[in-house]
Amino acid sequence: MRRDYDVAVVGAGLVGAAIAYGLAKDGRRVCLLDEGDIALRASRANFALVWVQTKGHGYPPYAILTHRSASLWSSFAQEVEAETGVDLGFQQPGGFTFALSEEELEGRRRILDEVQAQPGVPDLGSRIVLRNELISLIPEAGPEVVGASYCAKDGHCNSPRLLLALHRGFGMRGGDLLTNRTVETITAGRDGFSILGEGEEIQAGKIVLAAGLGNIRLAPMVGLDAPLQPLKGQLIVTEKVRPFLHYPLVNLRQTDEGGVMIGSSMEDMGFDTSSVVPVVANMAKRAIRLFPLLAEANIVRSWAGLRIMTPDGFPLYEQSQEAPGAFLCNCHSGVTLAAAHAGDLAQAIGRGNLDGFGAFSGERLRVQAAQ
Amino acid sequence: MFKRLSEASGRVLSFTFDGQPLEGREGDSLAAALLAGGVGVFRTTVPSDASRGPYCLMGVCFDCLVEVDGVANRQACMIPLREGMCVTPQRRARQLGE
Repeated sequence: MRRDYDVAVVGAGLVGAAIAYGLAKDGRRVCLLDEGDIALRASRANFALVWVQTKGHGYPPYAILTHRSASLWSSFAQEVEAETGVDLGFQQPGGFTFALSEEELEGRRRILDEVQAQPGVPDLGSRIVLRNELISLIPEAGPEVVGASYCAKDGHCNSPRLLLALHRGFGMRGGDLLTNRTVETITAGRDGFSILGEGEEIQAGKIVLAAGLGNIRLAPMVGLDAPLQPLKGQLIVTEKVRPFLHYPLVNLRQTDEGGVMIGSSMEDMGFDTSSVVPVVANMAKRAIRLFPLLAEANIVRSWAGLRIMTPDGFPLYEQSQEAPGAFLCNCHSGVTLAAAHAGDLAQAIGRGNLDGFGAFSGERLRVQAAQ
Repeated sequence: MFKRLSEASGRVLSFTFDGQPLEGREGDSLAAALLAGGVGVFRTTVPSDASRGPYCLMGVCFDCLVEVDGVANRQACMIPLREGMCVTPQRRARQLGE
């Protein structure tokens, strides 16, 4: 069988691009297949946080992986920037989740404690900050803000530029980005995979499925299962204003270009997806309670994206037993985990086994389903 | 650079841009009146202070931002000219809480 590539990565969003960038580092021949503008493109609707503080609540391996990726992010950003010349706007000053009542603050305290108390979780540098200290750090915080949870590992970046840089860096490392390549069929052969799409056939030794919700359709072609659900998230961005907020919040941050992004975090707020305007209005109202000066800011745009959720919300990394060499990669934190995806995960896929990622196989979901 | 069509009519309206008196016509957008008055640079960009003027003239590109009667970041192409408007360039980003 002819072999065009050592590895084909399906899905050129943040997850696929980070893995492909990492795989291309060691001289492998790698292609990255992008569906085109009809794709759902979760990577165009993310909140650009590198976020640690409550990730992996209830599942310590995810807290550990998140902490590791956030710890690697600074050197990852330096490497990508040096190689591509793209400024990722990465900052890691620590991040906050504001509480608007004592009950909310107590809830934050309990979650921080519970995450930190899980076995094997390293010191996350998280703590509760009371109002007086918070006001000294962020004087613009509103009068209703009673305090916040804080984690020193939290940060943010410019995620459109991250995606651009990963694509550029992948190309500079010799990778082929193939655009408008919807994958129609994948056939496992004796020593690799035949990938058919848009009238072209590609042969690759390994295949990585990083197509977000597209994996639901693709995974069964290589004996895998991707039990994913879309979870809509809405975002608001204001006009560009002079820098006033030097820390990211879980649901509000000022970008390096000046716009204030207002979002909602599933883990902290939850929201009704059935109705668009009331959700956006509630997000804006809450943002004004957090930062009253935002009342005078104009909203420029609001939009929605679909998070890629596994049944338990934790990542799914798995190699097919039926078709070894086929890997499934799904998560909803493509920015936070980019450093781990480009490093550890790409190396594991390159080696051909996911040792070290065993906690993220679909086994846990099948066990839960059987119970 | 821009010339009014000879058949252009409408009441003459006076306004100022950066303190300079200008005249436009009733029915002009603020952007059109500024362009007709010879103004090319409406704002400077947030990251690099580079000069910008109207591009799309239909509310999409946000390159025609100006400050109108003390309100920052207004789209000049989307605002009808009014008598006595006090307009200044949008210099870099708006300061909230001033």
